[in-house]
Amino acid sequence: MNATAEMNRWIRFTPAQRVARFAVYLGMVAAIVWALKTIEVIPEFLYDAPAQVVDMGARMWPIDFAHFWPGIWPALVETLHIAAMATILGLCMGIPVGFLAARNATPFPWVNHAARFVLVATRSISTLLWALFFVAMFGPGPLAGALAIAFHSIGFIGKMFSEGVEESNRGSIEALQAAGATRMQQIVMGYWPMVLPTFWSVALFRWDINVRESAILGLVGAGGIGVALNSAIDLLQWDRVSLILLTIFVVVILIEIIVMQIRRRVI
Amino acid sequence: MNAVTRADFFQPSIWKRLGYALLVVYVIYAAATLGLSWERIERGVGYGAKFLAGFFPPSFTKSDLIPGLLESLQIAFLASLFGTLIAIPLSVLAARNLMPAFVTWPMRVIIILCRTFHPVIVAIIAVKAVGFGAMAGVIALTVASVGFVGKLLAEAIEEISKKQIEAIRATGASFMNTIIFGVVPQVMNRFIGFVAYETDSNLRHSTIVGVVGAGGIGGTLFAAFQRYDYDFVAGISIAIIALVMLGEAIQSYVKRVFR
Repeated sequence: MNATAEMNRWIRFTPAQRVARFAVYLGMVAAIVWALKTIEVIPEFLYDAPAQVVDMGARMWPIDFAHFWPGIWPALVETLHIAAMATILGLCMGIPVGFLAARNATPFPWVNHAARFVLVATRSISTLLWALFFVAMFGPGPLAGALAIAFHSIGFIGKMFSEGVEESNRGSIEALQAAGATRMQQIVMGYWPMVLPTFWSVALFRWDINVRESAILGLVGAGGIGVALNSAIDLLQWDRVSLILLTIFVVVILIEIIVMQIRRRVI
Repeated sequence: MNAVTRADFFQPSIWKRLGYALLVVYVIYAAATLGLSWERIERGVGYGAKFLAGFFPPSFTKSDLIPGLLESLQIAFLASLFGTLIAIPLSVLAARNLMPAFVTWPMRVIIILCRTFHPVIVAIIAVKAVGFGAMAGVIALTVASVGFVGKLLAEAIEEISKKQIEAIRATGASFMNTIIFGVVPQVMNRFIGFVAYETDSNLRHSTIVGVVGAGGIGGTLFAAFQRYDYDFVAGISIAIIALVMLGEAIQSYVKRVFR
Protein backbone atom coordinates (compact mmCIF):
# COMPACT_ATOMS: atom_id res chain seq x y z
CA MET A 1 0.00 0.00 0.00
CA ASN A 2 2.69 2.37 1.08
CA ALA A 3 4.93 1.10 -1.72
CA THR A 4 2.36 1.78 -4.46
CA ALA A 5 1.80 5.29 -3.13
CA GLU A 6 5.52 5.77 -3.28
CA MET A 7 5.63 4.51 -6.87
CA ASN A 8 2.73 6.66 -8.01
CA ARG A 9 4.21 9.84 -6.64
CA TRP A 10 4.69 12.18 -9.54
CA ILE A 11 8.20 13.54 -9.93
CA ARG A 12 8.71 16.27 -12.49
CA PHE A 13 12.32 15.60 -13.48
CA THR A 14 14.35 12.46 -13.88
CA PRO A 15 17.39 12.16 -11.60
CA ALA A 16 19.67 12.93 -14.56
CA GLN A 17 17.73 16.12 -15.30
CA ARG A 18 17.94 17.15 -11.66
CA VAL A 19 21.69 16.59 -11.59
CA ALA A 20 22.10 18.61 -14.82
CA ARG A 21 20.02 21.47 -13.43
CA PHE A 22 21.93 21.43 -10.19
CA ALA A 23 25.20 21.51 -12.13
CA VAL A 24 24.04 24.56 -14.09
CA TYR A 25 22.96 26.40 -10.92
CA LEU A 26 26.23 25.48 -9.22
CA GLY A 27 28.22 26.67 -12.21
CA MET A 28 26.33 29.97 -12.33
CA VAL A 29 26.80 30.66 -8.64
CA ALA A 30 30.46 29.66 -8.78
CA ALA A 31 31.08 31.94 -11.77
CA ILE A 32 29.41 34.92 -10.10
CA VAL A 33 31.16 34.39 -6.76
CA TRP A 34 34.49 34.06 -8.53
CA ALA A 35 33.87 37.21 -10.57
CA LEU A 36 32.76 39.23 -7.54
CA LYS A 37 35.72 38.14 -5.46
CA THR A 38 38.42 38.69 -8.04
CA ILE A 39 37.27 41.67 -10.10
CA GLU A 40 39.60 44.59 -9.79
CA VAL A 41 37.86 47.75 -8.61
CA ILE A 42 39.83 50.85 -7.84
CA PRO A 43 38.01 52.41 -4.86
CA GLU A 44 39.53 55.87 -5.32
CA PHE A 45 37.87 56.07 -8.73
CA LEU A 46 34.54 55.05 -7.27
CA TYR A 47 34.48 57.69 -4.53
CA ASP A 48 34.41 60.62 -6.92
CA ALA A 49 32.13 58.96 -9.48
CA PRO A 50 29.04 61.01 -8.48
CA ALA A 51 31.06 64.21 -8.70
CA GLN A 52 32.39 63.16 -12.10
CA VAL A 53 28.90 62.38 -13.41
CA VAL A 54 27.58 65.74 -12.21
CA ASP A 55 30.57 67.45 -13.81
CA MET A 56 30.00 65.64 -17.09
CA GLY A 57 26.31 66.53 -17.05
CA ALA A 58 27.15 70.18 -16.45
CA ARG A 59 29.62 70.22 -19.33
CA MET A 60 27.12 68.56 -21.67
CA TRP A 61 24.60 71.33 -21.13
CA PRO A 62 23.62 73.40 -23.05
CA ILE A 63 23.72 71.18 -26.12
CA ASP A 64 25.65 72.80 -28.97
CA PHE A 65 22.89 72.56 -31.60
CA ALA A 66 24.67 75.07 -33.85
CA HIS A 67 27.28 72.42 -34.58
CA PHE A 68 24.77 70.07 -36.24
CA TRP A 69 25.07 71.75 -39.61
CA PRO A 70 27.59 71.30 -41.19
CA GLY A 71 29.49 69.46 -38.44
CA ILE A 72 27.34 66.38 -37.77
CA TRP A 73 25.04 65.99 -40.76
CA PRO A 74 27.63 64.66 -43.29
CA ALA A 75 28.94 62.20 -40.70
CA LEU A 76 25.39 61.04 -40.02
CA VAL A 77 24.70 60.47 -43.72
CA GLU A 78 27.97 58.56 -43.97
CA THR A 79 26.91 56.37 -41.03
CA LEU A 80 23.63 55.54 -42.76
CA HIS A 81 25.45 54.70 -46.00
CA ILE A 82 27.87 52.47 -44.12
CA ALA A 83 25.01 50.64 -42.43
CA ALA A 84 23.04 50.14 -45.64
CA MET A 85 26.01 49.02 -47.73
CA ALA A 86 27.21 46.72 -44.97
CA THR A 87 23.78 45.12 -44.74
CA ILE A 88 23.60 44.54 -48.51
CA LEU A 89 27.15 43.19 -48.64
CA GLY A 90 26.60 41.09 -45.53
CA LEU A 91 23.48 39.55 -47.08
CA CYS A 92 25.39 38.80 -50.30
CA MET A 93 28.11 36.99 -48.34
CA GLY A 94 26.03 35.52 -45.51
CA ILE A 95 23.26 33.88 -47.53
CA PRO A 96 25.54 31.54 -49.56
CA VAL A 97 27.37 30.52 -46.38
CA GLY A 98 24.01 29.99 -44.71
CA PHE A 99 22.95 27.62 -47.49
CA LEU A 100 26.25 25.77 -47.19
CA ALA A 101 25.73 25.42 -43.44
CA ALA A 102 22.18 24.03 -43.77
CA ARG A 103 22.25 20.25 -43.51
CA ASN A 104 19.37 19.65 -45.92
CA ALA A 105 20.46 22.04 -48.67
CA THR A 106 24.10 20.89 -48.61
CA PRO A 107 24.32 17.19 -47.76
CA PHE A 108 28.09 17.12 -47.18
CA PRO A 109 28.85 17.10 -43.43
CA TRP A 110 32.35 18.51 -43.79
CA VAL A 111 31.05 21.46 -45.85
CA ASN A 112 28.43 22.08 -43.15
CA HIS A 113 31.06 22.07 -40.44
CA ALA A 114 33.38 24.36 -42.37
CA ALA A 115 30.53 26.81 -43.07
CA ARG A 116 29.43 26.69 -39.43
CA PHE A 117 32.96 27.49 -38.33
CA VAL A 118 33.02 30.48 -40.70
CA LEU A 119 29.73 31.69 -39.21
CA VAL A 120 30.93 31.39 -35.61
CA ALA A 121 34.33 32.91 -36.35
CA THR A 122 33.00 35.96 -38.22
CA ARG A 123 30.50 36.55 -35.43
CA SER A 124 33.02 36.22 -32.61
CA ILE A 125 35.36 38.82 -34.04
CA SER A 126 33.68 42.06 -33.08
CA THR A 127 32.96 44.91 -35.46
CA LEU A 128 35.68 47.03 -33.91
CA LEU A 129 38.30 44.34 -34.44
CA TRP A 130 37.22 43.84 -38.06
CA ALA A 131 37.39 47.61 -38.42
CA LEU A 132 40.97 47.62 -37.12
CA PHE A 133 41.89 45.00 -39.73
CA PHE A 134 40.23 46.84 -42.58
CA VAL A 135 41.60 50.22 -41.56
CA ALA A 136 45.05 48.66 -41.74
CA MET A 137 44.19 47.31 -45.20
CA PHE A 138 42.25 50.11 -46.87
CA GLY A 139 43.23 53.07 -44.75
CA PRO A 140 40.90 55.04 -42.47
CA GLY A 141 37.49 55.90 -43.87
CA PRO A 142 33.98 54.60 -44.43
CA LEU A 143 35.07 51.79 -46.78
CA ALA A 144 36.84 50.02 -43.92
CA GLY A 145 33.78 50.56 -41.75
CA ALA A 146 31.34 49.13 -44.27
CA LEU A 147 33.52 46.05 -44.82
CA ALA A 148 33.95 45.58 -41.06
CA ILE A 149 30.23 45.55 -40.37
CA ALA A 150 29.55 43.41 -43.45
CA PHE A 151 32.01 40.73 -42.33
CA HIS A 152 30.73 40.81 -38.78
CA SER A 153 27.13 40.40 -40.07
CA ILE A 154 27.96 37.24 -42.04
CA GLY A 155 27.72 35.13 -38.90
CA PHE A 156 24.32 36.37 -37.79
CA ILE A 157 22.76 36.39 -41.27
CA GLY A 158 24.17 32.99 -42.17
CA LYS A 159 23.02 31.44 -38.89
CA MET A 160 19.48 32.74 -39.26
CA PHE A 161 19.41 31.59 -42.87
CA SER A 162 20.68 28.10 -42.23
CA GLU A 163 18.07 27.71 -39.48
CA GLY A 164 15.36 28.98 -41.84
CA VAL A 165 16.48 26.60 -44.58
CA GLU A 166 16.64 23.64 -42.21
CA GLU A 167 13.09 24.29 -41.05
CA SER A 168 11.73 24.49 -44.61
CA ASN A 169 9.28 21.99 -45.97
CA ARG A 170 10.63 18.79 -47.56
CA GLY A 171 7.67 18.26 -49.88
CA SER A 172 8.33 20.91 -52.49
CA ILE A 173 12.04 20.04 -52.56
CA GLU A 174 11.20 16.39 -53.21
CA ALA A 175 8.83 17.47 -55.98
CA LEU A 176 11.65 19.45 -57.60
CA GLN A 177 14.05 16.53 -57.21
CA ALA A 178 11.50 14.22 -58.82
CA ALA A 179 11.26 16.64 -61.72
CA GLY A 180 15.03 16.39 -62.15
CA ALA A 181 16.02 19.82 -60.85
CA THR A 182 19.71 20.41 -60.24
CA ARG A 183 20.90 21.42 -56.79
CA MET A 184 21.10 25.06 -57.86
CA GLN A 185 17.55 24.94 -59.22
CA GLN A 186 16.36 23.35 -56.00
CA ILE A 187 17.83 26.24 -54.06
CA VAL A 188 16.50 28.98 -56.33
CA MET A 189 13.03 27.57 -56.96
CA GLY A 190 12.55 25.46 -53.83
CA TYR A 191 14.32 26.81 -50.78
CA TRP A 192 14.48 30.47 -51.72
CA PRO A 193 10.71 31.15 -51.88
CA MET A 194 10.33 29.34 -48.55
CA VAL A 195 12.98 31.41 -46.77
CA LEU A 196 11.87 34.72 -48.29
CA PRO A 197 10.10 35.82 -45.07
CA THR A 198 13.26 34.94 -43.14
CA PHE A 199 15.21 37.01 -45.65
CA TRP A 200 13.13 40.12 -45.05
CA SER A 201 13.08 39.84 -41.31
CA VAL A 202 16.83 39.13 -41.13
CA ALA A 203 17.64 41.99 -43.51
CA LEU A 204 15.59 44.49 -41.52
CA PHE A 205 16.81 43.27 -38.15
CA ARG A 206 20.42 43.36 -39.24
CA TRP A 207 20.05 46.82 -40.78
CA ASP A 208 18.72 48.06 -37.45
CA ILE A 209 21.70 46.54 -35.60
CA ASN A 210 24.17 47.80 -38.19
CA VAL A 211 23.10 51.41 -37.78
CA ARG A 212 23.92 51.13 -34.07
CA GLU A 213 27.21 49.42 -34.80
CA SER A 214 28.26 51.94 -37.42
CA ALA A 215 28.01 54.67 -34.80
CA ILE A 216 31.07 53.28 -32.99
CA LEU A 217 33.32 52.56 -35.96
CA GLY A 218 34.76 56.04 -35.83
CA LEU A 219 36.58 55.18 -32.60
CA VAL A 220 39.13 53.29 -34.67
CA GLY A 221 38.93 55.67 -37.62
CA ALA A 222 36.55 53.69 -39.81
CA GLY A 223 34.21 56.55 -40.68
CA GLY A 224 30.73 57.61 -39.68
CA ILE A 225 29.41 59.64 -36.79
CA GLY A 226 31.83 57.88 -34.43
CA VAL A 227 34.67 59.96 -35.87
CA ALA A 228 32.86 63.11 -34.80
CA LEU A 229 32.10 61.56 -31.41
CA ASN A 230 35.68 60.50 -30.90
CA SER A 231 37.15 63.87 -31.78
CA ALA A 232 34.59 65.70 -29.63
CA ILE A 233 35.56 63.50 -26.66
CA ASP A 234 39.26 63.90 -27.31
CA LEU A 235 38.85 67.68 -27.49
CA LEU A 236 36.67 67.63 -24.33
CA GLN A 237 33.84 69.34 -26.22
CA TRP A 238 31.15 67.75 -24.07
CA ASP A 239 28.39 69.99 -25.43
CA ARG A 240 29.07 68.46 -28.85
CA VAL A 241 29.23 64.97 -27.35
CA SER A 242 25.71 65.44 -26.03
CA LEU A 243 24.58 66.67 -29.45
CA ILE A 244 26.02 63.57 -31.12
CA LEU A 245 24.49 61.24 -28.54
CA LEU A 246 21.13 62.93 -29.04
CA THR A 247 21.49 62.59 -32.83
CA ILE A 248 22.27 58.87 -32.53
CA PHE A 249 19.31 58.42 -30.20
CA VAL A 250 16.88 60.12 -32.57
CA VAL A 251 18.17 58.22 -35.62
CA VAL A 252 18.01 54.85 -33.87
CA ILE A 253 14.45 55.49 -32.69
CA LEU A 254 13.40 56.64 -36.19
CA ILE A 255 14.89 53.51 -37.72
CA GLU A 256 13.18 51.32 -35.18
CA ILE A 257 9.86 52.93 -36.10
CA ILE A 258 10.55 52.46 -39.84
CA VAL A 259 11.50 48.82 -39.32
CA MET A 260 8.35 48.24 -37.29
CA GLN A 261 6.18 49.80 -40.00
CA ILE A 262 7.80 47.75 -42.79
CA ARG A 263 7.53 44.59 -40.70
CA ARG A 264 3.84 45.20 -40.15
CA ARG A 265 3.20 45.69 -43.86
CA VAL A 266 5.53 43.21 -45.56
CA ILE A 267 5.83 40.29 -43.20
CA MET B 1 -11.55 30.96 -76.45
CA ASN B 2 -9.50 33.48 -74.61
CA ALA B 3 -7.26 31.11 -72.73
CA VAL B 4 -4.93 32.61 -70.19
CA THR B 5 -1.54 32.80 -71.79
CA ARG B 6 1.29 31.07 -70.08
CA ALA B 7 3.40 34.14 -69.62
CA ASP B 8 0.84 35.72 -67.29
CA PHE B 9 1.76 33.41 -64.44
CA PHE B 10 5.33 34.51 -64.38
CA GLN B 11 4.90 38.20 -65.20
CA PRO B 12 7.23 40.04 -62.84
CA SER B 13 5.60 42.98 -61.17
CA ILE B 14 6.65 46.46 -62.31
CA TRP B 15 7.06 47.58 -58.71
CA LYS B 16 9.44 44.77 -57.92
CA ARG B 17 11.60 45.66 -60.91
CA LEU B 18 11.53 49.31 -59.96
CA GLY B 19 12.59 48.34 -56.45
CA TYR B 20 15.55 46.34 -57.73
CA ALA B 21 16.56 49.16 -60.07
CA LEU B 22 16.44 51.65 -57.20
CA LEU B 23 18.53 49.29 -55.10
CA VAL B 24 21.19 49.02 -57.82
CA VAL B 25 21.27 52.81 -58.27
CA TYR B 26 21.62 53.27 -54.52
CA VAL B 27 24.43 50.72 -54.26
CA ILE B 28 26.38 52.45 -57.04
CA TYR B 29 25.81 55.86 -55.48
CA ALA B 30 26.71 54.71 -51.96
CA ALA B 31 29.78 52.83 -53.20
CA ALA B 32 30.94 56.04 -54.85
CA THR B 33 30.47 58.04 -51.65
CA LEU B 34 32.33 55.40 -49.65
CA GLY B 35 35.31 55.80 -51.95
CA LEU B 36 35.15 52.30 -53.37
CA SER B 37 37.37 51.79 -56.39
CA TRP B 38 39.20 48.85 -57.93
CA GLU B 39 42.68 50.20 -57.47
CA ARG B 40 41.97 50.86 -53.81
CA ILE B 41 40.75 47.31 -53.34
CA GLU B 42 43.75 45.94 -55.18
CA ARG B 43 46.13 47.95 -53.04
CA GLY B 44 44.21 46.96 -49.91
CA VAL B 45 44.34 43.28 -50.74
CA GLY B 46 48.09 43.64 -51.16
CA TYR B 47 48.38 45.18 -47.68
CA GLY B 48 46.03 42.52 -46.39
CA ALA B 49 48.31 39.75 -47.59
CA LYS B 50 51.28 41.35 -45.85
CA PHE B 51 49.17 41.83 -42.80
CA LEU B 52 48.03 38.21 -42.71
CA ALA B 53 51.62 37.09 -43.07
CA GLY B 54 52.35 39.07 -39.88
CA PHE B 55 49.72 36.99 -38.08
CA PHE B 56 51.71 33.79 -38.39
CA PRO B 57 52.69 32.14 -36.22
CA PRO B 58 50.13 33.40 -33.66
CA SER B 59 51.71 34.13 -30.30
CA PHE B 60 50.04 33.04 -27.07
CA THR B 61 52.99 33.49 -24.81
CA LYS B 62 52.61 37.11 -23.66
CA SER B 63 51.80 37.35 -19.98
CA ASP B 64 48.77 39.67 -20.30
CA LEU B 65 46.67 37.29 -22.41
CA ILE B 66 45.17 35.17 -19.60
CA PRO B 67 44.48 38.02 -17.11
CA GLY B 68 42.78 39.98 -19.90
CA LEU B 69 40.56 37.08 -20.85
CA LEU B 70 39.68 36.41 -17.21
CA GLU B 71 38.77 40.05 -16.73
CA SER B 72 36.52 39.88 -19.79
CA LEU B 73 34.81 36.85 -18.26
CA GLN B 74 34.33 38.70 -14.95
CA ILE B 75 32.82 41.67 -16.76
CA ALA B 76 30.47 39.43 -18.75
CA PHE B 77 29.26 37.46 -15.70
CA LEU B 78 28.70 40.45 -13.45
CA ALA B 79 27.03 42.52 -16.17
CA SER B 80 24.67 39.63 -16.95
CA LEU B 81 23.84 39.24 -13.25
CA PHE B 82 23.19 42.92 -12.54
CA GLY B 83 21.50 43.50 -15.88
CA THR B 84 19.10 40.61 -15.34
CA LEU B 85 18.36 41.63 -11.74
CA ILE B 86 17.47 45.15 -12.86
CA ALA B 87 15.61 44.02 -15.98
CA ILE B 88 13.18 41.68 -14.19
CA PRO B 89 11.27 44.28 -12.15
CA LEU B 90 11.58 46.78 -15.00
CA SER B 91 9.96 44.45 -17.52
CA VAL B 92 7.14 43.51 -15.13
CA LEU B 93 6.43 47.22 -14.72
CA ALA B 94 6.72 47.78 -18.48
CA ALA B 95 4.25 45.04 -19.45
CA ARG B 96 1.07 46.69 -20.66
CA ASN B 97 -1.18 43.81 -19.64
CA LEU B 98 -0.17 44.02 -15.98
CA MET B 99 0.29 47.72 -15.39
CA PRO B 100 -1.53 50.96 -16.20
CA ALA B 101 -0.15 53.24 -18.90
CA PHE B 102 1.35 55.81 -16.54
CA VAL B 103 3.64 53.13 -15.12
CA THR B 104 4.55 51.38 -18.38
CA TRP B 105 5.54 54.50 -20.30
CA PRO B 106 8.43 55.66 -18.09
CA MET B 107 9.68 52.08 -17.88
CA ARG B 108 9.55 51.65 -21.64
CA VAL B 109 11.48 54.87 -22.09
CA ILE B 110 14.19 53.59 -19.72
CA ILE B 111 14.40 50.31 -21.63
CA ILE B 112 14.59 52.12 -24.99
CA LEU B 113 17.32 54.44 -23.66
CA CYS B 114 19.35 51.45 -22.49
CA ARG B 115 18.96 49.76 -25.87
CA THR B 116 19.74 52.70 -28.10
CA PHE B 117 23.41 53.15 -27.46
CA HIS B 118 26.04 50.61 -28.36
CA PRO B 119 27.82 49.23 -25.28
CA VAL B 120 31.04 50.86 -26.46
CA ILE B 121 29.45 54.32 -26.38
CA VAL B 122 28.03 53.66 -22.91
CA ALA B 123 31.50 52.44 -21.94
CA ILE B 124 33.02 55.79 -22.96
CA ILE B 125 30.61 57.59 -20.64
CA ALA B 126 31.18 55.02 -17.88
CA VAL B 127 34.95 55.42 -18.16
CA LYS B 128 34.49 59.16 -17.68
CA ALA B 129 32.31 58.49 -14.63
CA VAL B 130 34.17 55.74 -12.76
CA GLY B 131 37.59 55.81 -14.38
CA PHE B 132 39.46 53.15 -16.34
CA GLY B 133 39.06 49.51 -15.49
CA ALA B 134 36.65 46.63 -15.29
CA MET B 135 34.06 48.60 -13.32
CA ALA B 136 33.29 50.79 -16.34
CA GLY B 137 32.91 47.68 -18.49
CA VAL B 138 30.49 46.14 -16.01
CA ILE B 139 28.39 49.31 -15.98
CA ALA B 140 28.35 49.59 -19.79
CA LEU B 141 27.31 45.98 -20.35
CA THR B 142 24.80 46.12 -17.49
CA VAL B 143 23.06 48.97 -19.27
CA ALA B 144 23.00 46.98 -22.52
CA SER B 145 21.68 43.90 -20.70
CA VAL B 146 18.89 45.87 -19.05
CA GLY B 147 17.81 47.11 -22.47
CA PHE B 148 17.95 43.71 -24.13
CA VAL B 149 16.46 41.47 -21.42
CA GLY B 150 14.00 44.20 -20.42
CA LYS B 151 12.58 44.57 -23.92
CA LEU B 152 12.30 40.87 -24.70
CA LEU B 153 10.96 39.94 -21.27
CA ALA B 154 8.37 42.72 -21.37
CA GLU B 155 7.23 41.45 -24.78
CA ALA B 156 7.14 37.88 -23.50
CA ILE B 157 5.01 38.94 -20.53
CA GLU B 158 2.65 40.81 -22.82
CA GLU B 159 2.12 37.67 -24.88
CA ILE B 160 1.11 35.40 -21.99
CA SER B 161 -2.33 33.89 -21.72
CA LYS B 162 -4.74 36.01 -19.69
CA LYS B 163 -6.78 33.03 -18.53
CA GLN B 164 -4.25 31.71 -16.06
CA ILE B 165 -3.84 35.15 -14.54
CA GLU B 166 -7.61 35.42 -14.12
CA ALA B 167 -7.81 31.96 -12.58
CA ILE B 168 -5.17 32.84 -10.03
CA ARG B 169 -6.75 36.21 -9.29
CA ALA B 170 -10.09 34.45 -8.78
CA THR B 171 -8.57 32.50 -5.89
CA GLY B 172 -7.90 35.79 -4.16
CA ALA B 173 -4.15 35.83 -4.78
CA SER B 174 -2.20 38.99 -4.05
CA PHE B 175 -0.33 40.83 -6.80
CA MET B 176 2.97 39.13 -5.96
CA ASN B 177 1.30 35.72 -5.94
CA THR B 178 -0.26 36.45 -9.33
CA ILE B 179 3.18 37.24 -10.69
CA ILE B 180 4.85 34.20 -9.15
CA PHE B 181 2.19 31.59 -10.00
CA GLY B 182 0.55 33.16 -13.05
CA VAL B 183 3.25 34.99 -14.96
CA VAL B 184 6.56 33.35 -14.07
CA PRO B 185 5.66 29.79 -15.18
CA GLN B 186 4.52 31.14 -18.55
CA VAL B 187 7.67 33.12 -19.34
CA MET B 188 10.33 31.07 -17.52
CA ASN B 189 11.50 29.11 -20.55
CA ARG B 190 11.86 32.14 -22.76
CA PHE B 191 13.48 34.06 -19.93
CA ILE B 192 16.20 31.42 -19.61
CA GLY B 193 16.76 31.68 -23.35
CA PHE B 194 17.10 35.47 -23.16
CA VAL B 195 19.54 35.33 -20.26
CA ALA B 196 21.65 32.67 -21.96
CA TYR B 197 21.75 34.77 -25.13
CA GLU B 198 22.49 37.89 -23.13
CA THR B 199 25.41 36.26 -21.33
CA ASP B 200 26.75 35.14 -24.68
CA SER B 201 26.41 38.62 -26.13
CA ASN B 202 28.02 40.16 -23.03
CA LEU B 203 30.93 37.79 -23.45
CA ARG B 204 31.44 39.07 -27.01
CA HIS B 205 31.13 42.70 -26.03
CA SER B 206 33.34 42.33 -22.95
CA THR B 207 36.18 41.55 -25.33
CA ILE B 208 35.89 44.96 -27.03
CA VAL B 209 34.94 47.50 -24.35
CA GLY B 210 38.62 47.52 -23.44
CA VAL B 211 39.27 49.51 -26.62
CA VAL B 212 37.93 52.57 -24.81
CA GLY B 213 39.59 51.63 -21.52
CA ALA B 214 36.74 49.77 -19.84
CA GLY B 215 38.68 46.64 -18.94
CA GLY B 216 39.04 43.17 -20.39
CA ILE B 217 41.08 41.74 -23.22
CA GLY B 218 40.10 44.56 -25.61
CA GLY B 219 42.64 46.96 -24.16
CA THR B 220 45.43 44.43 -24.58
CA LEU B 221 44.28 43.75 -28.11
CA PHE B 222 44.13 47.40 -29.05
CA ALA B 223 47.58 48.04 -27.57
CA ALA B 224 49.05 45.07 -29.46
CA PHE B 225 47.51 46.41 -32.65
CA GLN B 226 49.04 49.82 -32.18
CA ARG B 227 52.44 48.26 -31.51
CA TYR B 228 52.16 46.33 -34.81
CA ASP B 229 52.44 43.24 -32.64
CA TYR B 230 50.40 41.27 -35.18
CA ASP B 231 51.30 37.77 -34.05
CA PHE B 232 49.94 38.63 -30.59
CA VAL B 233 46.84 40.17 -32.22
CA ALA B 234 46.29 36.86 -33.98
CA GLY B 235 46.81 34.97 -30.72
CA ILE B 236 44.26 37.14 -28.89
CA SER B 237 41.75 36.86 -31.75
CA ILE B 238 42.02 33.08 -31.74
CA ALA B 239 41.63 33.04 -27.97
CA ILE B 240 38.50 35.23 -28.24
CA ILE B 241 37.00 32.99 -30.93
CA ALA B 242 37.70 29.93 -28.77
CA LEU B 243 36.13 31.61 -25.73
CA VAL B 244 33.01 32.64 -27.65
CA MET B 245 32.64 29.17 -29.17
CA LEU B 246 32.95 27.63 -25.71
CA GLY B 247 30.34 30.10 -24.47
CA GLU B 248 28.01 29.11 -27.30
CA ALA B 249 28.46 25.42 -26.48
CA ILE B 250 27.64 26.07 -22.81
CA GLN B 251 24.67 28.20 -23.85
CA SER B 252 23.18 25.44 -25.96
CA TYR B 253 23.79 22.91 -23.17
CA VAL B 254 22.01 25.14 -20.64
CA LYS B 255 19.10 25.63 -23.01
CA ARG B 256 18.82 21.87 -23.47
CA VAL B 257 18.88 21.26 -19.72
CA PHE B 258 16.02 23.69 -19.10
CA ARG B 259 13.87 22.74 -22.06
